[in-house]
Amino acid sequence: MSMAAPQPQTAVDPLLRVEHLSMRFGGLVAIDDVSFEAPQNQITAIIGPNGAGKTTVFNCLTGFYKPTIGRLTLNAPHGRFLLEQIDGFRIAQRARVARTFQNIRLFAGMSVLENLIVAQHNKLMRASGMTLGGLFGFGGYREAERQAVELARDWLDRTALTAHADAPAGSLPYGGQRRLEIARAMCIDPVLLCLDEPAAGLNARESHELNELLLRIRDEHKIGVLLIEHDMSVVMGISDHIVVLDYGRKIADGAPAAIRQDANVIRAYLGEPEHEDLPSAVAADIEKRGG
Amino acid sequence: MEYFLQQLINGLTLGAVYGLIAIGYTMVYGIVGMINFAHGDIYMIGAFNALICFLVLGVAGITWVPLALLIVLIVSVVLTSVYGWSVERIAYRPLRGQSRLAPLISAIGMSIFLQNYVLLLHGARGKPLRAPISGGFTLMEHDGFTVQLSFVQMGIIGITVLLMLGFTYVITQTKLGRQQRACEQDMKMASLLGVDINRTISVTFVLGAGLAAVAGMMVTMYYGVIDFYIGFVAGIKAFTAAVLGGIGSLPGAMLGGLLIGLIEVFWSGYFTVEYKDVAAFSVLVLVLIFRPTGLLGRPEVEKV
Repeated sequence: MSMAAPQPQTAVDPLLRVEHLSMRFGGLVAIDDVSFEAPQNQITAIIGPNGAGKTTVFNCLTGFYKPTIGRLTLNAPHGRFLLEQIDGFRIAQRARVARTFQNIRLFAGMSVLENLIVAQHNKLMRASGMTLGGLFGFGGYREAERQAVELARDWLDRTALTAHADAPAGSLPYGGQRRLEIARAMCIDPVLLCLDEPAAGLNARESHELNELLLRIRDEHKIGVLLIEHDMSVVMGISDHIVVLDYGRKIADGAPAAIRQDANVIRAYLGEPEHEDLPSAVAADIEKRGG
Repeated sequence: MEYFLQQLINGLTLGAVYGLIAIGYTMVYGIVGMINFAHGDIYMIGAFNALICFLVLGVAGITWVPLALLIVLIVSVVLTSVYGWSVERIAYRPLRGQSRLAPLISAIGMSIFLQNYVLLLHGARGKPLRAPISGGFTLMEHDGFTVQLSFVQMGIIGITVLLMLGFTYVITQTKLGRQQRACEQDMKMASLLGVDINRTISVTFVLGAGLAAVAGMMVTMYYGVIDFYIGFVAGIKAFTAAVLGGIGSLPGAMLGGLLIGLIEVFWSGYFTVEYKDVAAFSVLVLVLIFRPTGLLGRPEVEKV
């Protein structure tokens, strides 16, 4: 009797599965039945022309909006979460989804280091027995705080911000603020990192450094990265997988090389090719001058 | 000279009380960006809690003063904090995310409610308290004029300094303070990092109410008579102090409180008592004209 043939490996649930996501604001349909997956250990880019609904997807993922329809399943190593049912701060606290913004949102008046420590506040919260221990500085809390500072310093090193640790976050140059925002998001120890146009406003060198930082985050932390970006050198350079939205619908989904050649994508970005003959008088005129 | 010194002591005492109340205004403003108009009445509730507690202890026969003071302090702070927490729960939280005017109105409603609640419960007459601590030092005596520093005044100034140091530590060094500052700067972002905003705001209201309770207790002992309406005037004064010092700034609130206290006392000492409020508010007007962010307030810098 032969051994039963090994079951075909059931596809592992992807880190994030978005199913039939729709978001309406009154009569306006911002996202219309979008489904995609973002696997662990990969960078998934979401691209599309302005107003395609990219940021709205992020807003649904991070609890800013409650989707009109749809299911957002996060299969994290520490459990399974239905993001559309969790509210506000618990998405960061329990599900550990982190996010950055198109327009940078640092705590500008706090020091660079403090920005990173605030992000680790859940760990500290547990260590302190909800506030009181922390107030009086008990042993366990001291230790937790020391570790928090250590992790923060580590991220400062990686983002080349150590020299500015005690400066107010608002005083950093633009590129530094972008890096700090990513470092802060990483300090919540996320399983999914959502980056909204991290390369916006960066020069060529800075955006190259950003690419390297993101690749290192993917490879060293084994987390999923969702990336909204207009800068194609970033998108094509580092993403493993691209989802293209246009007018709230998904028009393509695949590897960068395939997306580059996808007819729908080219049409969305460049518009319909126009085959219109020039008026004959103009054509004749051009001919005459050219000749 | 002696007269000046005496007025200085009186002014500092009054200013310390204003400062403590002003911290409550400034903290709440810092975090939710609006004025908690019920805060003056929380202070009044604190004074009543202290008074009731003193009387109960008197009946119970606890007469050793340090113990009595400690019990009154704890009971009054705890009970008043519960009121502070309730005000936030009832008048602010349901309206979070609405237009800024809505919670403003509901806070005024809360203030009217608290006044009338105490009025109905305890009546309109002033409630006297026999001073639990009397006496003090005579610092100077000249031409029959004595400069007195009473134990109560020393207590008020001393406790205020201690509380200020404690609060500065909490806000700048602890996790709680970091959360509060993060919420103050960008509430949405703080919540995206896992900070429980509702809890942080509640704690802020509770801390503010606790300070107001200390102020209320000290005033009860200092003046020896309180009524249901003391919260209104003291609240407006403390609010003025907070704006004068730069609303949102903790040291500013304390500085503003001291200034308002000193102005009031010196004005009544050298000019007329009737116009002391006019003097205090005139200074506010001047400061707002020449330095709209207050003395220690940070100006809003807009990057273009």
